[in-house]
Amino acid sequence: MKKVLSLVLVLAMIVALGASAYADNPVVKIGVFEPQSGDNGAGGKQEVLGMQYANALTPTVEIDGTTYDVELVYADNASSNDKAPTAAQTLISSGVSLVLGSYGSGVSIAASDTFDAAGVPAIGVTCTNPQVTAGCDVYFRICFLDPFQGTVLANFAKNELGATKAYCLAKQGDDYSGGLCNYFIDAFGKDNCVYEQFPEGTSDYSTYITNAQNQGCDVFFSPVSTEAAAQIIAKADTQALGMPILAGDTWDSNVILQAAKGTNVKICVTTFYQEGADAEFDKGIKEWINANPTALANNGGNDELAAVTVMGFDAYYVALEALKAAGSVDPADVLEVLPSVTYEGVTGAIAFDEIGDALRDSAFVKACNTESGVWDFVAVATVG
Amino acid sequence: MDALKTTLPYIISGVSVGGQYALIAIGYTMVYGILRLINFAHGDVFMVAGLMMVYLAASLPLYLAIPLVILLTVALGFTIERVAYKPLRTAPRMSVMISAIGVSYLLQNLALYITGGLNKNYPAIPWISDRISIFGMETSRVTVITPFLTIILVVALVQLINHTKIGMAMRAVSRDFETSQLMGIQINRVISATFIIGTFLAAVGSILFFTNYPGVVPTSGAMPGLKAFVAAVFGGIGSIPGAVIGAFIIGIAESVIKGLDTILIVNGVIDEQIGLATFSDAFTFVLLIIILVFKPTGLFGEKSTDKV
Amino acid sequence: MIETKNKKGAWIAFIGVFLFLALIFALDQLIKPTDKLGMLLIVLQKGSVYALAAVSMNLLNGYTGLFSLGHAGFMLLGAYTYAIFTIPDKSRDAVYQYFDAAIRFSIPEQLSNHMGGFGTALGVFLALVLAGLVAALMAWLIGLPVLRLKSDYLAIATLGFAEIIRAVFQWSKLGPITNGSNLLKNFARASKFKLEIAGTKLSLSTFVPVLIATVCIILIVLIVNSTYGRAFKAIRDDEIAAEAMGINLARHKMISFVTSSFFAGVAGATLAMVLSIAQANNFKSAMTYEILLMVVLGGIGSITGSVIGSLLFVAASEWWLRGLDSGKFLGIEAPNIFRNGFRLVVFSVIIMVVVLFFRKGIMGEKELPDLFRRKKKEAPAKEGQA
Repeated sequence: MKKVLSLVLVLAMIVALGASAYADNPVVKIGVFEPQSGDNGAGGKQEVLGMQYANALTPTVEIDGTTYDVELVYADNASSNDKAPTAAQTLISSGVSLVLGSYGSGVSIAASDTFDAAGVPAIGVTCTNPQVTAGCDVYFRICFLDPFQGTVLANFAKNELGATKAYCLAKQGDDYSGGLCNYFIDAFGKDNCVYEQFPEGTSDYSTYITNAQNQGCDVFFSPVSTEAAAQIIAKADTQALGMPILAGDTWDSNVILQAAKGTNVKICVTTFYQEGADAEFDKGIKEWINANPTALANNGGNDELAAVTVMGFDAYYVALEALKAAGSVDPADVLEVLPSVTYEGVTGAIAFDEIGDALRDSAFVKACNTESGVWDFVAVATVG
Repeated sequence: MDALKTTLPYIISGVSVGGQYALIAIGYTMVYGILRLINFAHGDVFMVAGLMMVYLAASLPLYLAIPLVILLTVALGFTIERVAYKPLRTAPRMSVMISAIGVSYLLQNLALYITGGLNKNYPAIPWISDRISIFGMETSRVTVITPFLTIILVVALVQLINHTKIGMAMRAVSRDFETSQLMGIQINRVISATFIIGTFLAAVGSILFFTNYPGVVPTSGAMPGLKAFVAAVFGGIGSIPGAVIGAFIIGIAESVIKGLDTILIVNGVIDEQIGLATFSDAFTFVLLIIILVFKPTGLFGEKSTDKV
Repeated sequence: MIETKNKKGAWIAFIGVFLFLALIFALDQLIKPTDKLGMLLIVLQKGSVYALAAVSMNLLNGYTGLFSLGHAGFMLLGAYTYAIFTIPDKSRDAVYQYFDAAIRFSIPEQLSNHMGGFGTALGVFLALVLAGLVAALMAWLIGLPVLRLKSDYLAIATLGFAEIIRAVFQWSKLGPITNGSNLLKNFARASKFKLEIAGTKLSLSTFVPVLIATVCIILIVLIVNSTYGRAFKAIRDDEIAAEAMGINLARHKMISFVTSSFFAGVAGATLAMVLSIAQANNFKSAMTYEILLMVVLGGIGSITGSVIGSLLFVAASEWWLRGLDSGKFLGIEAPNIFRNGFRLVVFSVIIMVVVLFFRKGIMGEKELPDLFRRKKKEAPAKEGQA
């Protein structure tokens, strides 16, 4: 892993030197289809950070013998399914070769038709709902899927936490939390689960906590957005929830750590990356974040890494691999070679199956250390 | 007994939300009483008060930030009336309402711009956000003090309206706009006073509300605002006690509906979740339509005849 | 005399509409989504949908004087009806991933089995009409109790009904029909509409929504100019006088409400067709407010105004003012000011200025032909003398 990274770094430097010699390189555009506002705005910003860092390391790519400058083109899908198609269209009209994103499954599902109609390939970074790639020829993704993640979490709840009755809380109409709860319930057993959904714009999570307590549940599963998460944690603390909270990859964020620090709440999550797995990468990106005030603000004010940032980093290199393999900046050519692109990323090996999903069979389980405010590694979980 | 124990937390939390709605609802009912205007922007003023606290508390100590937030919110309410409603005093009612919707749109978009569309965490105010235990139930202190504080403020307001000169002027204006103008009441001063009182209460309400539910987003004010308005209609528009009672009813109903599945399951009425929580917001509007159809003047409203 | 003039006007209008649609059809072929001008197509698609929604709202708010804020609810009904009845059988299970779909019937698919491509088009048309009818039926039911209410009470009651409809459609127990609160997709959508002539595929993705909106708006114009339309205006100007003239208030209010909702339903269905998704959560009261602001921008009581207002609104917010959000606008670079959300701030300030200082909006109560008529006023007068 380190070798790859140092190689990349050296390459980046050489390319950077080369770039300075040829000031007027042609430009290849990569679309960044991520939420910058709304419920998932904070998470989307963290995911973009990874891409920006990767872009800072490797600002050029050699396609068919020509060196291209890589330009990231941003479009804010505002975490909203009805804004997503238009945001996707602005990327398409600005002439991107391929698109990265999004954080949150709903917006990816909503925009998949727009990408499909234009024939522009998209690589999902952390959209885990099966519907993103199913039935869409242009959507690929580098993350694991909800049926996998839901099963891992359900097994963890049963075997490690010894839970017998689970309270599942999702946001209404949200494909990420709804989907994940659904697969969790499938794996945990429908009769042992209480499933509720809160509407958009909910501010009062205390009743849901009371519901979980009243129904005698012993694990609280709420893979919702980080915005809602911070409030759920606060309420769980004031109301003495009395059971562990379990969540998926979105909760692997410093927002959660900040909310949970100093409280009496037990939190476990599954995720893509464990900080410290690649010390050199961690060091590099932290330096970059600390040197860049905007990046620091977008990361929530400290340099604690979120797994989605690392996923964004890997996604950028997958995109470069695809461009190299295609030997062209035409979206149609990129789409053609994308299924066979592979890449050894910081989060592990990335390759696509016939649907366009990543071949990933393991997830990290982490627990929140409420005293020091960092993640403690618990286990690597697989299914099978 | 068991049924009571499972239901009690919902009722306590409902009473608390109800108190917060009540403080917003008074602003609606007073403005409507005088101008016959649904001030759609009122809920957004409530949200802006929340945001101001987030930003001010970051740089000022709380004992300065709290009065400043209240002062600035009042100034905002006053300005909105002067800029967006006063020029339209002779225009048709629909125009004023559209202007109110426009102000609401503007405030939400401004908030979106300033926050970057991200959730802002409300600062924890010591003492009132502390955790306490009541009837064996864990909650924060604000939940318990809200209803009392609401009632104290309302009693003070009723005294103000019944026993001061400006209060008398307000009553006169809400009874008959034109005649009171002829009697020498300075309409604009009365209207400004109404907006000042309304936004002051909304600012206090926002401190209580966001201490309880500490996430502020640009749309935070929309739903509480609508519910508070419904509370005002429910209680009889123009009637302050009516608005307060309406707000408590709506707050409790909302909270109980969110937990209704659980209450019914625990008490053995139904076997599995049926998703009634989906209707926690919609039920407010069901109440509204029922009252509008069967008793359009609300619970305590006075009957008024339409003038040709 | 009047009749011949009207006939001439009708011919001019007919030719104008025909040329307009031909132009849209040509644009649909010439511009690809990946082009720089791809946004123009999006603006035309969304703009025509919102134009229809705004005109249908104007019929109620501007022409009949009934201040209703339930538009988003009726659009939701239309969007869902259309989506549910046009999902092809093979995608049904993928869309209803958490539920066992109860309705397994796609109108376009059924008809295309018998009639081929024409059947698909007919099916889409029928689904649109059905969408309108469902919205109209609901409007009739809602109208029975609420139309008796006066101005702002009516506004808040219709707003309330829209919220109730939204909650019902998100209820998990209705999941087999509505897919719960999850989105509906894979139904007959604009991006898939193609016309195949002699082996070449012609895109209809912009043409179809524009055509639907145009036809519906023409129908609304005909209604406004009929005796019904005149009765609506009489009610708006003075209810009591209108009643004294023998206009049945309750009946005409209901007709206006139901008709407006029918077209709102069609607009909702077309919106789903354009966005290629339908989800109850998107039809919030904010959508109603936006449509209302489009009507105000164009001028309450002017159909041309509503069309212009909504096209401007959509073009400005989706296309022209995008630069305000991304750091560079009109060549001025100021990333600290021109950041996310600035576009909407500028936009809402413009709207407030219109609301406060240009209360009549762009067109006031005038229509497009009125603008030409004034100039020509003298000429026909002389003709008449001769």
